[in-house]
Amino acid sequence: MTISVKVMQRPEPESTSYLRAALSGMALTFKHMVNPTKVTQQYPEEMTELSPRWRGTHVMEQHADGRPKCVACGLCPTVCPANCIRLVGGEDDQGNRYPIVYEIDEFRCIFCGMCQEVCPVEAIHVGRHFENAEYTRDRFVYDLDRLMEQDHPSTLLWDPSDPSSE
Amino acid sequence: MEPISGIPAVIAMAAKNLGIFTLVILVVAYATYAERRVSAFIQDRRGPNRVGPFGLLQPIADGIKNILKEETLPATASRFFFVLAPIMVLVPSLVTFAVIPIAAPLPTPWGVVDMIIADVPIGILYVLAFSSLAVYGVVLGGWASNNKYAFLGGLRASAQMVSYEVALGLSLIAVLMLAGNVTLTEVVWQQQQLGMWYAFPLSLAFILFVISAFAETNRLPFDMPEAESELVTGYHTEYSAMKFSAFMISEFGHMVTASALMATLFLGGWDLPGSWDNAFWYNGELISGFAANGDPVLANPAAWKTLLTFAGFAAKTGLFLLLYIWIRWTLPRFRYDQVMALGWKVMLPTSLGYLMLVAMTILVLDELGVNFGFLYGLVLTLVSGAATLAFVFFLDRGRTIAGAAATTSQKIEIKTIPTAVASGHAPGRH
Repeated sequence: MTISVKVMQRPEPESTSYLRAALSGMALTFKHMVNPTKVTQQYPEEMTELSPRWRGTHVMEQHADGRPKCVACGLCPTVCPANCIRLVGGEDDQGNRYPIVYEIDEFRCIFCGMCQEVCPVEAIHVGRHFENAEYTRDRFVYDLDRLMEQDHPSTLLWDPSDPSSE
Repeated sequence: MEPISGIPAVIAMAAKNLGIFTLVILVVAYATYAERRVSAFIQDRRGPNRVGPFGLLQPIADGIKNILKEETLPATASRFFFVLAPIMVLVPSLVTFAVIPIAAPLPTPWGVVDMIIADVPIGILYVLAFSSLAVYGVVLGGWASNNKYAFLGGLRASAQMVSYEVALGLSLIAVLMLAGNVTLTEVVWQQQQLGMWYAFPLSLAFILFVISAFAETNRLPFDMPEAESELVTGYHTEYSAMKFSAFMISEFGHMVTASALMATLFLGGWDLPGSWDNAFWYNGELISGFAANGDPVLANPAAWKTLLTFAGFAAKTGLFLLLYIWIRWTLPRFRYDQVMALGWKVMLPTSLGYLMLVAMTILVLDELGVNFGFLYGLVLTLVSGAATLAFVFFLDRGRTIAGAAATTSQKIEIKTIPTAVASGHAPGRH
């Protein structure tokens, strides 16, 4: 077995000069130093515009009278690949099904958006929002009230007839 | 005008001590801020801009953070020396400023106050002595940490310090020969008398001094003792909180002192163009120069002159600080052998040769009876300019400092291991 040696292509000794390279480097950094255009985004003041298909914190749509649109059909906990949705359904006097417990663990969620795709009544959505920092871990389990309180826009579903969302 | 004496002199001395010390600490704090801002600008970022307007309170926030942080003491460290090292580094970097004059003398109702803490007769020698002391703290910090990276950093610091102190001292001798004295007030005075700052008549000494000063303050491209990519952070790897901060303050303190020193030695210190601000104590009188017949001309100190010259001094020091930061964020670190080669094979012979050249020029000029004035400086400028050009040509064309590409003589021949031996069965298999 021979040891293979990779020979690096070095510049020719006659064509290099530390001094000139250093000076041209100094000129370059000086140009950048006085250049007023900076790449830093001033985050809390300047927000990045999120894509219409950005999948973030969930939103539960509600009726005008404040009831959740969810009919507790059980499709979203079934389809959820991360198993992060807990749903206990109930039925009222008129036979309308409604969620008694609806919780989403935002830590377990992988934000695939399949819950939104599968929902027959367009109740649960993923939303265009990402700032959901909390001080304790248990705050990351969003209950029904909290999901309905979310006021950010919900995500646009991918439309096969308009693949690039134009 | 009489120099200040008696009780007012004591008060003036206390005020100067407090004022200049506060000023140096403040400049050090804002040098860290400047470093972060300028490095950000160089990299097209914005840098710290959240604490206060334009982030100006950032150094204070850093200070509070470092005071509140937990002090750690490595279990295997030598406790006494571990605590001693930051102190030994910090003190020399702050006391060296004492002999640097910062402005023209200030007239007060009680007499004229020199804007210098201690105009000691040993002048620059005091600076050299104390700045060399700082390396003891660095070595001690590296050694007391009982950490191999810290130890290597300390070793490198001592080796580098010794190597570049030689070139630093030799380039300094040229200045002292021309000034005829080692006190920095006299160096400034002689630059005023010569009519030009020593950066011109002693241009090569200036270049050598700047390079050596970079090495002495352990700044890039010579930050061998820290060398983040090789030694974690070198000698202060094990230090945290305020002890780490002490090392940082001392590094920036050295930078500020070295900048002030370069400004004083080569850019005229607090001197501004023109002879209106010249002032020097000559036989107990504050004079601004000599008349044609050799009589001293009395100086006319004023508060506005003091302020203006201080602004000039601050601007020159700031220029060197900016140069420090600018170079740090441009050039990569030298390899260790390149640092040593540059120090011993380039800087030392060049400074020695240049010293002889300057000595001979001064001797010839004095023998010819040329007055210490503009013509004197012009001849030296031409001689030094030629020497500088030769030095630059030698560095550039001779590929004296270059990467691995240029030094074919240093290349290691890579030999292929013979196939027969390597591919055969291991002995003892049969």
